[in-house]
Amino acid sequence: MTINIPMTAAGAVLTMLTLSVAQAEDGYEAPDDWPSPMVEHNMAMALFDRLEYAVPNKGDEALVWDFEAWYGGDVNRVYLKSEGDNVQGDGEDAEFESLELLYSRLVADFWELQGGIGYQGGVFSDDHAERTYGVVGLQGVMPYGIETDLALQVSDEGDVSASVEGEYDLRLTQRLYLQPRTEIAVAASEVEAFGVGEGLNSVRVGMRLGYQVTRRFAPYVGGYWEKQYGDTADLARASGDATEDTGVVAGVRLMF
Amino acid sequence: MASSSVITHPLSRRQILKGGAALGLGSAAALGLRPSWANPWGRTNAYAKGVEEGPEVALAIRRESLPVAGQQTHPISINGSSPGPLIRLKEGQDAVLRVTNLLDEPTSIHWHGLILPPGMDGVPGLSFAGIAPGETFTYRFPVRQNGTYWYHSHSGLQEQLGHAGPLIIDAAEREPFRYDREHVLLLTDWTFEDPMSVFRNLKTAEGYYNFQERTIADFFADVREKGFAATAEMRGMWAKMRMSSRDIADVTGSTYTYLLNGHSPEENWTALFKAGERVRLRVINGSAMSYFDVRIPGLNMTVVAADGQPVQPVPVDEFRIAVAETYDVLVMPEDNTAYTLFAESMDRSGYARATLAPREGMAAEIPERRQIADRGMEAMGAHGMAGMDHSDMESMDHANMQGMDHSDMESMDHANMQSMDHSSLGGMSDERNGMKASGMLAAGAAQPGSRYDQAGIGIDPDARRTLVYRDLKAFTPWTDRREPGRELELHLTGNMERYMWSFDGKKFSEVTGPLHFDKDERLRLILVNDTMMEHPIHLHGMWMELENGQGELIPRKHTLNVKPGERVSALITADAEGSWAFHCHLLYHMDAGMFRVVKVS
Repeated sequence: MTINIPMTAAGAVLTMLTLSVAQAEDGYEAPDDWPSPMVEHNMAMALFDRLEYAVPNKGDEALVWDFEAWYGGDVNRVYLKSEGDNVQGDGEDAEFESLELLYSRLVADFWELQGGIGYQGGVFSDDHAERTYGVVGLQGVMPYGIETDLALQVSDEGDVSASVEGEYDLRLTQRLYLQPRTEIAVAASEVEAFGVGEGLNSVRVGMRLGYQVTRRFAPYVGGYWEKQYGDTADLARASGDATEDTGVVAGVRLMF
Repeated sequence: MASSSVITHPLSRRQILKGGAALGLGSAAALGLRPSWANPWGRTNAYAKGVEEGPEVALAIRRESLPVAGQQTHPISINGSSPGPLIRLKEGQDAVLRVTNLLDEPTSIHWHGLILPPGMDGVPGLSFAGIAPGETFTYRFPVRQNGTYWYHSHSGLQEQLGHAGPLIIDAAEREPFRYDREHVLLLTDWTFEDPMSVFRNLKTAEGYYNFQERTIADFFADVREKGFAATAEMRGMWAKMRMSSRDIADVTGSTYTYLLNGHSPEENWTALFKAGERVRLRVINGSAMSYFDVRIPGLNMTVVAADGQPVQPVPVDEFRIAVAETYDVLVMPEDNTAYTLFAESMDRSGYARATLAPREGMAAEIPERRQIADRGMEAMGAHGMAGMDHSDMESMDHANMQGMDHSDMESMDHANMQSMDHSSLGGMSDERNGMKASGMLAAGAAQPGSRYDQAGIGIDPDARRTLVYRDLKAFTPWTDRREPGRELELHLTGNMERYMWSFDGKKFSEVTGPLHFDKDERLRLILVNDTMMEHPIHLHGMWMELENGQGELIPRKHTLNVKPGERVSALITADAEGSWAFHCHLLYHMDAGMFRVVKVS
């Protein structure tokens, strides 16, 4: 794993961010030692959109996370995103399905263009196959309030894949919400080590019912259905896994 | 608390003693609990001979442990109370205000609404360097006006911590109305959260404080009332724009305790009167973020001044007070009964309350609270105008006609249709008549797209007489009657999702240089609100004469409320050389970038 690349990139991005937080040019003849009348603040935020225990019908139980954090101003930000799971009882380490460091720029009122690098593989060990990749994405809110994350990945081997995630909050009461979500993955080429086939890989649809104890803490329960297609399904079958599964989840949405 | 400030700040002692006298001895605890100026008996006569409070005042700014709403907390105090003491000056004095910073961060005091030299305006970075910890800054300025004003910190988010207070200037000559007693009513919004975390919540989680969002139940209720098609169409439009029609206040009663003279509704601060007296209420909205609708059930109010400036009397039952505005009203309670002073927040998430009574310990009924209103077309139109195509506009009109014909929304829609027609369809014939050869409207004429005859969201004009901007007429014409030499149009803009607020799409950090006014020019400032929120726009150093169609009786203000989608204009005489702040007075909007510098030279 080439951890030094992300670190260098992070350093570069942070430098850019610092430079971009400039104050308005004076022009009103204030002495140099006076402060600016208004100071902008950089912000930081971290969110476990999902931190849940999944109990599938056929597969193994797993602890699953979907995390993102950012630091920066209104327009330029650095994101750290990760999704992954720790399959219970397989004797193996937790696995990053993705661990990404991204530079993000607000390109429209509701949309951020993001680009950076990612890693897929074991969290602490080499239990899992590893690869690094470059990623370009678009994150934002579609009309009708659908939270969307589109990403295109190119691996260090030149393999191209893409994913789209959509999520919507339907407010039942001021604190109780129903959240349908979907994830679709496609790939341009087969990568056997990661169980990725050419074409449509998988579709996952879920529904969660959450309760916002506070705006930052919402426990939820839910269920999902997932199915693998084409070559991806063949690869799953070959390794003895189910190609279609349903499951239930219980977890929390946590925001810091 | 109060006693310590008496010892260390002898100049403030007179004020404290004066305020405390009516409470009697042994009420030290009470002194600590209420600002010393919040004397229940008020002043029996504002023309009391020998006004002694000014011209020299010393103020010490501290962070200390004090109770707010019965809970120990850590506000910023001024001479030991939070909100701070009443400062009383007299027109014609040379004020000397010594402000000592006992905080561990820089601070400042801005004298809101006062016309004074630029170096005395109290905006760090514009007027002066700010007041460093441990330092004393002496403000010196001639007092050239009278009326009801206030003061507050202009440093960071300090205002949210109670760094504010009333500033009353007694007139040198007789005022155009008489009264027997006066009370100052300072409205503020207090949160036990750190103001910086409030700001962070707004920045990182849209709708964080809104617990009155529409739910599925509201949808079905609307379907029952208006039918599925109209409801779906209306909700679809809002959803398509990714906005909430319930977005009325960014910060709400879910974190705020609304205070009147520093007291929560439960504490029920009491203002005393004797039956038959004419009482002047000097109402100041010193909130960081909250608009209020003020009324006193059972009493008629007569508005006699706006933003410190006398206006022709307007009888009302209720008035909306934007953040940073002040209104003076007269009431005449005839009976020995208690009346509730009721200030409901615009989004109906809470209220401030006090009692007007002939003796302490009385209470009147608290009126029934209104439900939050949904914003209508004006907000949607304002925000979406740029990106909206014709089909959207059609469906909007359609939905407007069919879907929203109920209760308090109705009047809004009507007005809405009018204003939309004005701005978009060119129904300007009547205004055109008043147009000058220069292509500009005559001085004082209302801009097309203004809604001066409406109080705003959540007000049912049929329920009671509510003050609107159209009602405001100067008591006497102001001296500068020149036509404007030019127009300066600024759009109020924002990105709700990111909580970015700006003028003309640029935050303060993104603009280069100030707005420029030529010294002594007469210009028209046009403010166009492209957002779906109200913005109270405040210009330092100069008056803004609100062009509400009242001809030579054009009223002047220091803070103008601009409603969603509205186009408001003001005439300005740029007679104050120097650099001045110009900003939205919603604290977190200002901090998010809705701030400009005006340079007069």
